[in-house]
Amino acid sequence: MTREKRNNVFQSEIIETRREMSLSDLCEVCTVTSERVVQLVDEGLVEPEGREPAEWRFSGRSVRRVVVAERLSRDLRLNAAGAALVLELLDEVKQLRQRLNRLEETDES
Amino acid sequence: MEFKDYYQVMGVKRDATQDEIKRAYRKLARKYHPDVSKESDAEQRFKEVGEAYAVLKDPEKRTAYDQLGADWKKGQDFRPPPNWDQGFEFHGGDSAGGGAEEFSDFFETLFGRGDFRGGFTRADHGSFTARGEDTYAKIVVDLQDSYLGATRSVTLKHTEIGADGRPAVRNRTLSVKIPKGVRSGQHIRLAKQGSAGAGGGESGDLFLEIAFRPHPNFHVEGKDVYLNLRVAPWEAELGASVKTSTPTGDVDLTIPPHSKTGRKLRLKGRGLPGKEPGDFYAVLQIALPRAETDDQKAAYREFASSFDFDPRRDGGDRQ
Repeated sequence: MTREKRNNVFQSEIIETRREMSLSDLCEVCTVTSERVVQLVDEGLVEPEGREPAEWRFSGRSVRRVVVAERLSRDLRLNAAGAALVLELLDEVKQLRQRLNRLEETDES
Repeated sequence: MEFKDYYQVMGVKRDATQDEIKRAYRKLARKYHPDVSKESDAEQRFKEVGEAYAVLKDPEKRTAYDQLGADWKKGQDFRPPPNWDQGFEFHGGDSAGGGAEEFSDFFETLFGRGDFRGGFTRADHGSFTARGEDTYAKIVVDLQDSYLGATRSVTLKHTEIGADGRPAVRNRTLSVKIPKGVRSGQHIRLAKQGSAGAGGGESGDLFLEIAFRPHPNFHVEGKDVYLNLRVAPWEAELGASVKTSTPTGDVDLTIPPHSKTGRKLRLKGRGLPGKEPGDFYAVLQIALPRAETDDQKAAYREFASSFDFDPRRDGGDRQ
């Protein structure tokens, strides 16, 4: 970028803590097309509030799901359904790990 | 530069068929995909496998690589023989298929950068709009940066078409505010720092995916931070107060008596900060002192004679 900007510090915001995002916000953050997001919504991989795409509101959590789904599709040649299945299984593994953690002895200090 | 044994990386024989190589790649890609794998070196392995596959899947590159001979060993200091690639013509071809972002010097010396992607992945959509494209990259920050918030200088690589009409890699350095409490896998947005817009149009936004630099002592899961805390057998059994390092400084941690290996001591709210902060866990590992001198050996024998203890019979750690 230009030289005078180089010395400035750029402020940033964490996307995932934003409460809700529109379809175009989500496309912008994840660099995907709206057609692709519609496909992922059809698979239930992300679940927006609202009926019509124009009314859709996504949670900040959707960003990670879409980005990971895109990487899985590209790297492991999965289709949208396969990526959705992997994400569900990963969620389940995470929950099981957390449960295991709780069951193992933990002490408050 | 180190020689890379691509056959070894892929776990296939030198005479493997193209189909065998493809199958080996798909299996390894699933195993080491960084979004799926729990292996700590998954990302590194995934890149290596991607690089190996980029060479072995392409008959032109594979033949050229085989020309180097089978005598080279992994890690050996390598210099390409003069004119080694004479008579071979490499076509750009597609990228590794994996998320391989940067190939090794070894690869680049043999095959050049070619069309292989740089570290800056750009979306393909939106051909030529007045507004610059949004750009996307991954940055690595320290765990402490999330605890305290920080300003970090970030160098991004991107490809530009130079004056000679050929693509060239350019670096761009930005100072970026790392928000307190950011977690690995989250994204931060820097407004108007993407590619410049065409014809003086507005720049797109820059999105950075956050990853933590691996820390020698701490590891992070979501918003919780873990430390393996080594304790002496007497500290674990009799109880003790031990000085423990946390990302925010040292604390005195109370080890309750009769603690076993694997016991987790929680410091509530000492994980990554935020509206709902994470927790910090010290996971106890009992370390045995090594008996070197006669006195130390005698101490162990005396220890043994004080107990009627059979770890097999008593179920060892679990009791």
